[in-house]
Amino acid sequence: MGEYLVDVKNERLSFFTPAGEVKALNDVSIRLKEGEVLGIVGESGSGKSVTAYSLMGLTAHPGKLLGGELHFNGHQVEKMTEKEIRKFRGNEISIIFQDPMTSLNPVYTIGNQITEVIRLHTDKTKQQARERAKELLELVGINEPDKRLKQYPHELSGGMRQRVMIAIALACEPKLLIADEPTTALDVTIQAQILELMMELKDKLGMAIIMITHDLGVVASMCERIAVMYAGRIIEYGTTDDIFYHPKHEYTKGLIRSIPRLDTKEHERLVPIEGTPVDMLNPPAGCPFAPRCDAAMHICLREMPPVTTFGDVHYTQCWLNQKEEMEKGASHE
Amino acid sequence: MSKHLIEVEHLRQYFPAGGFGKNKKFVRAVDDVSFYVDKGETLGLVGESGCGKTTTGRTMLRLYEPTGGKFTFDGDVIFDVANKQYANMLPYRKRMQIVFQDPYASLDPRMTVGDIVGEAIDVHKLAQSKQDRYDQIIHILERVGLNSEHANRYPHEFSGGQRQRVGIARALAVHPEFIVCDEPISALDVSIQAQVINMFEDLQEQMGLTYLFIAHDLSAVKHISNRIGVMYLGRMVELADSYELVDRPLHPYTKSLISAIPIADPKQARESRRIVLEGDVPSPLNPPSGCTFRTRCPYADERCAAEVPAWREVENGHFCACHHIDKCN
Repeated sequence: MGEYLVDVKNERLSFFTPAGEVKALNDVSIRLKEGEVLGIVGESGSGKSVTAYSLMGLTAHPGKLLGGELHFNGHQVEKMTEKEIRKFRGNEISIIFQDPMTSLNPVYTIGNQITEVIRLHTDKTKQQARERAKELLELVGINEPDKRLKQYPHELSGGMRQRVMIAIALACEPKLLIADEPTTALDVTIQAQILELMMELKDKLGMAIIMITHDLGVVASMCERIAVMYAGRIIEYGTTDDIFYHPKHEYTKGLIRSIPRLDTKEHERLVPIEGTPVDMLNPPAGCPFAPRCDAAMHICLREMPPVTTFGDVHYTQCWLNQKEEMEKGASHE
Repeated sequence: MSKHLIEVEHLRQYFPAGGFGKNKKFVRAVDDVSFYVDKGETLGLVGESGCGKTTTGRTMLRLYEPTGGKFTFDGDVIFDVANKQYANMLPYRKRMQIVFQDPYASLDPRMTVGDIVGEAIDVHKLAQSKQDRYDQIIHILERVGLNSEHANRYPHEFSGGQRQRVGIARALAVHPEFIVCDEPISALDVSIQAQVINMFEDLQEQMGLTYLFIAHDLSAVKHISNRIGVMYLGRMVELADSYELVDRPLHPYTKSLISAIPIADPKQARESRRIVLEGDVPSPLNPPSGCTFRTRCPYADERCAAEVPAWREVENGHFCACHHIDKCN
């Protein structure tokens, strides 16, 4: 203990919908040191947001944590009471949501919304909180903070609103910032601004970041570690170079192959991953990716593969890797 | 008689936005845009939200009434605002179709997929009998990778990628020659995007289609397009062959747009230097005078504020609208 800021062990979480149980997370484990940037990539419904939200105690009804331990900075999140969580959420850990258009309250001014966080978590007076809010707006690169504090969200552009969201998230200098698709709703040139700002702030404040995204380009430039999720499982985990240059899981390989690149010289046909994403209500037995996998074997359709590790960090869940390792082991004997 | 299938000249689309009489305000969504598309070709249209790329596509199909300009399709004038010439659209609706961005909102949830595709066949009276109508629907669904089983299902039973296939099938039902693809892949998951892009390419090859492919993702657009036009705040700023545009962009906006795209390759991403544009896109209600990009452009000077840069052919087939092409290259 103590070595990791975030240490999630074998988390299992399900949503009990009227149509049946949706196993949103199956044996998800995540570790993160202070100041590290972890990227979680995956398609919609793969469980990337749920993982991060549960760490903040934000599992929405009808979701239920079924097992596992969630350690964060000395706390055990799943054992905390709602009152304790409320104190720690927004203070030690905070979040930026995907859509800056809807995550700010339209009937309160920007100033109101920033000072609310500050006054909730510290014993600053109204005046001090306002000063702090001004500092924060300057920190995230918003000019004329005095004027902005009096404005309402609809008076600001999308990029500006996302900056305000970041300011709110940083109000108490959290140890961990969760960014849930922070730039998906923004244009590319604004996205570049926001990503740059986040990296600057990370260096300045030394916080850790969990970056949730479906854009491999964003993780390539920002993250040190990457977790690839599929159907509620981390099917591959490794350093950024492991994932991009030595991917071991067929899904990761397919994902990297299928992105159109800007630097191709001739027209190459894209290599898509065939099939459709898993139906989480009726997931296949065995490996969830097997129905879409070109290299699937018989066992893939029946049993979930165990974890295969490569070196200290890199691991996958795939029978192919397991088979290769066993063959390697056999030839050594 | 022109040699291009699609010819758009000085297209303008202003939307009223409050005010009365003299003070009436307009959003200049599309302002003086000209381009052509040849038969069997794909022209990509990229730009940020609010730059007028979608409006361009919709105005061409007369989903909006054009404010100005002229559009010629296969030699026939579809509209020519200056000469008050407007064609009857019904016969042309069969030849020009559109695929919308959001596969969740653009399909009627109360209609079966078969009826969604069949509606176009009914409107244009393309089927001889009930059996013929059914056969045509199945034939088209098979073309886009669905099957006869799907015809009786409702849109909510499908995933995003499959719904977009239905949207494409609907457009193909009348055997069009030209399709406006309005951000058809933006709402889809990465692994599905490649499937849909490949399908667009296959269909083009099989049916000799011409596309206007609108998207904000330059890497996907580059992949599918022969030529690309870049728009900013209602104006076209650059247009060139797609490889030429990405390798040797001339306009400072195009340059920053290309450098802002996150590269899915960690080593390259670490080495590359980004041109990060300051500020936001100005409001189209009140666009800057002269060159609309000048407020964010590192090369801007008085001339950029005073006159609108002319749209000119800098090299063979490479168009650009900038006063300082030499200075920024």
